[in-house]
Amino acid sequence: MPREQLLGPDEIARTVRRLAHEIIESNRGAEHLVLVGLLSRGYPLAQRIAAAIEQFEHTAVPVGRLDIGLYRDDVARLGTPPMLRPSEIPGSIDGKTVVLVDDVLFTGRSIRAALDALIDFGRPGRVRLAVLIDRGHRELPIRPDFVGKNLPTAFVQTVDVMLLETDGQDGVFLTGLEVARVGTA
Amino acid sequence: MLELRDPETQAIDAPTPPTSWKAKDLLDTDTLSRDEIELIMHTAEAMAEVRRRPIGKVATLRGATVVTLFYEQSTRTRASFEVAAKAMGADVVNLTASGSSVEKGETVIDTVRTLEAIGADVVVMRHGSSGAPYLAARHTKASVINGGDGMHAHPTQALLDLFTMRRHMGDSIEGKKVAIIGDVLHSRVARSNIWTLLAMGASVTLCGPATLLPTTLGGRHESGEVTVTTRIDEALDGASVVMALRIQKERQDSGLIPSLRDYIRGYQLNARRLGLANAGALVMHPGPMNEGIEIAPDVAHGVASVIEEQVTNGVAVRMAILYLLAAGRHA
Repeated sequence: MPREQLLGPDEIARTVRRLAHEIIESNRGAEHLVLVGLLSRGYPLAQRIAAAIEQFEHTAVPVGRLDIGLYRDDVARLGTPPMLRPSEIPGSIDGKTVVLVDDVLFTGRSIRAALDALIDFGRPGRVRLAVLIDRGHRELPIRPDFVGKNLPTAFVQTVDVMLLETDGQDGVFLTGLEVARVGTA
Repeated sequence: MLELRDPETQAIDAPTPPTSWKAKDLLDTDTLSRDEIELIMHTAEAMAEVRRRPIGKVATLRGATVVTLFYEQSTRTRASFEVAAKAMGADVVNLTASGSSVEKGETVIDTVRTLEAIGADVVVMRHGSSGAPYLAARHTKASVINGGDGMHAHPTQALLDLFTMRRHMGDSIEGKKVAIIGDVLHSRVARSNIWTLLAMGASVTLCGPATLLPTTLGGRHESGEVTVTTRIDEALDGASVVMALRIQKERQDSGLIPSLRDYIRGYQLNARRLGLANAGALVMHPGPMNEGIEIAPDVAHGVASVIEEQVTNGVAVRMAILYLLAAGRHA
């Protein structure tokens, strides 16, 4: 299966810094901000963005992690229930601006589940969405507020984000049909 | 004081158990692999987190029907399953032998078939006869969970006991000594605990009067994996967990023990005896307790006791089991 690297470690680091700047700009600072990363790979990304925000603004931003397994709509199709991990939301999210962070935005179903999960923890003032990769093919009316990279893909292709914290290396890879042509478009 | 691991710090780094759930039923712990037990424990950690939320309830099993079918009386197991099923968003129907068609002579097989026809996805069954849930499981497409059968098995109790131990002792209980004291012979709780503890690498010592100890344990006793002793001092020495079992007062009438007073003198878990176990040893009891008989009140409610925690953890562990059995099979 052909496989193409779309982003390397340096590009991921630059993208994370840009996302941090955009979040600060949109939020007019780092106050009342909570980053919540979807498990598994959204969480380390949220930690990295929070570290960048702290570096730029000298304000520590709380970071939570969210497991969406209990809220998914495809469990019966999977046939076996997904592995669950405990969520952790630091402090109250009531009235805060919560930025959901995920690695890849695809159909939007994970984010739908994440919104349901988040609401079980409180009533945020605003919820924003930051993703490293937006690959299109939405099946629900969900759009990201902060995008690391827009990546046109075919539905059957696979985008794999690998991170040091979860996979031992940083990189974004595309596999599937005619990788070279679409990947360089 | 007991150390409770901070549940917030352990999650993401924990390795994912290399297995997924396949079985339709949960009838005992003797068929569970170490990976399957790990999967239940990890899932239960996530459920414990759900229970800590302001609203400890999710909708994952919305549309699923859980029936508790209890041919024997129960407080904690039945209530715990009902709370767990409702916390997962399932509908719950509670049936007891009295007041149902069981009183008119309906068989176990016909009863579970009827429940399946009504739309039961999961049947939690307690029965006085060992093996009854196995019979039920063979005759229904619904998942059957053994809520205690005769003297045979009580898998969810064993799993919540293990979960409680891990909350205090860390994820590995490998090499730790667990002493189970009392009427082991008639105890389904002890049996199911033995299988999980051995699977996780703990060492198990069973202790009680000779008349209340099993003579055979599927070869595990003869192979030296399980130690059996009538001397409580020996059982407690070096133990990290001490589990007292209920002494049924009928045992005295049936001549298995000379008298309750005699039992208390020889085997009651009291403060002096607990001092023989390791510092920080956990005191457990599956309930209901006969305080003052198998366990002294000051020990049952002392700093080493995790008996109430066992009950609380039971809800999270049963949520995990319902999730694993029903979430993949149900819309």
